[in-house]
Amino acid sequence: MTRYAYYPGCSLEGTAKEYDVSTRLSCQDMGVELEELEGWTCCGASSGHNTSYDLALALPARNLRLAVEQGYEAVVAPCAMCYARFRHTLHDLRDEQLRARINGFLDKPFVGEVQVHSLVDLFSEDPKLALLRERKTRDLAGLRPVAYYGCLLVRPPEVLEPDDVEYPTMLDKIVQACGATLVDWPMKTECCGGSLAISRTDIALELTRRLLADAVGRGANALITACPMCHSNLDTRQAQINRQYGTAFHLPILYFTQLVGLAMGRGIKELYLDRHLTDTRPLLAQVGIE
Amino acid sequence: MTSDTLHLALGERPLARLIQEQVRVDVRACYQCGRCTAGCPVAYAMDAGPHQIMRGLQLEQHDWVFSRNTYWICASCITCTTRCPCEVDIARVMDGLRELALAEGIRPAAPTVKTFHRVFLDLIRLTGRMYEAGLIGLFNVRSRKLFANLDLGLPMVTHGKIDPWPRRYRGQDEVERIFRRVAQEGKK
Repeated sequence: MTRYAYYPGCSLEGTAKEYDVSTRLSCQDMGVELEELEGWTCCGASSGHNTSYDLALALPARNLRLAVEQGYEAVVAPCAMCYARFRHTLHDLRDEQLRARINGFLDKPFVGEVQVHSLVDLFSEDPKLALLRERKTRDLAGLRPVAYYGCLLVRPPEVLEPDDVEYPTMLDKIVQACGATLVDWPMKTECCGGSLAISRTDIALELTRRLLADAVGRGANALITACPMCHSNLDTRQAQINRQYGTAFHLPILYFTQLVGLAMGRGIKELYLDRHLTDTRPLLAQVGIE
Repeated sequence: MTSDTLHLALGERPLARLIQEQVRVDVRACYQCGRCTAGCPVAYAMDAGPHQIMRGLQLEQHDWVFSRNTYWICASCITCTTRCPCEVDIARVMDGLRELALAEGIRPAAPTVKTFHRVFLDLIRLTGRMYEAGLIGLFNVRSRKLFANLDLGLPMVTHGKIDPWPRRYRGQDEVERIFRRVAQEGKK
């Protein structure tokens, strides 16, 4: 069994604790062995690449170097932001000259090879996908979610290599394998404005409102995501959106790892499904999960 | 046919050359189809669409380009780059314009965005990892929006989403050195 270096990233230690907990549990259920990378630090996220190209590569490169030093062949970064930054770093550092420049900023150079996975990629392909179909124990047909990719799992496609950049299906496959009733969604790769959530909340609210309105309009009763920034906008800001726009959204937003956990028969509390600001429990009760 | 036979040489275009050298994007490749702006989720709030920024760069309109809010409120969704028929990395240009504006000390047309990035990077330089409660608190102080997002504060705490105290993480010392070395390189 491959050992993976687990890079939770900062959000999964704070506002996205649910994602961390459900990632660990679903990986146990799916036979993915995670070991937390020792001494990891922030990838720099939007603010890194928004202000300094050098910093945007050097901060992830330090973590990739740690993975190599600790003997891992692959890193799992479930946070879509961290995942994208790592993949950008691997992609851009194929240029030897640039790699030398970036290594000059580190205490020790990042040499050697390491793969980076999002977890969505691992779960959406066989053998894990087949395993999920086989091992699921609970009927989730009453859940009618849209699968939401946002930006950071798909763009730019040369770097992130999704199955399709305008109409990806990785998360769709996971949702279907879990036995939920997937609602087809043309807006699956539209941006929620995550990078502007604090600095220009007005824009983030508008972009998020468009997503909620369309998903609800299509009859979805949940939304599945793999990104803590998307989750934060869509889940924690529903009340603000309802106040500002006079809407009445109550759309539970679940991490795909929580959905996998539910399919595997795990409970609300252990999956931290009671930690979201938009309560998931009325919906879960409707489908017989208490 | 080389691109120089189609367009003016970069030597006559200092702004286009700056973008080419610093950002590694040739803005002359844009033929103004407008697909970037059509797909941009934030275009409605911009005072110039991404294709207009590309045109401004082609026409050497330095002050006009840098005084737009476009590159500050760009959400980095990378839809523009993905759909560009000329393979111009427009999102990378937006990153590059921000970096150049910061280096040149240009006043941002969307000041809260600059404040946010500063606070974010200061915090990871000091602790090694992002401290989310500190991010919101410090942002509110520095942007003089003391009560922004306070309605989210209590539910965040009761739902166990916010760590009450920051801490310094192992590896912070190297992170701080990375920041210092990058800043020194930028001064060259």
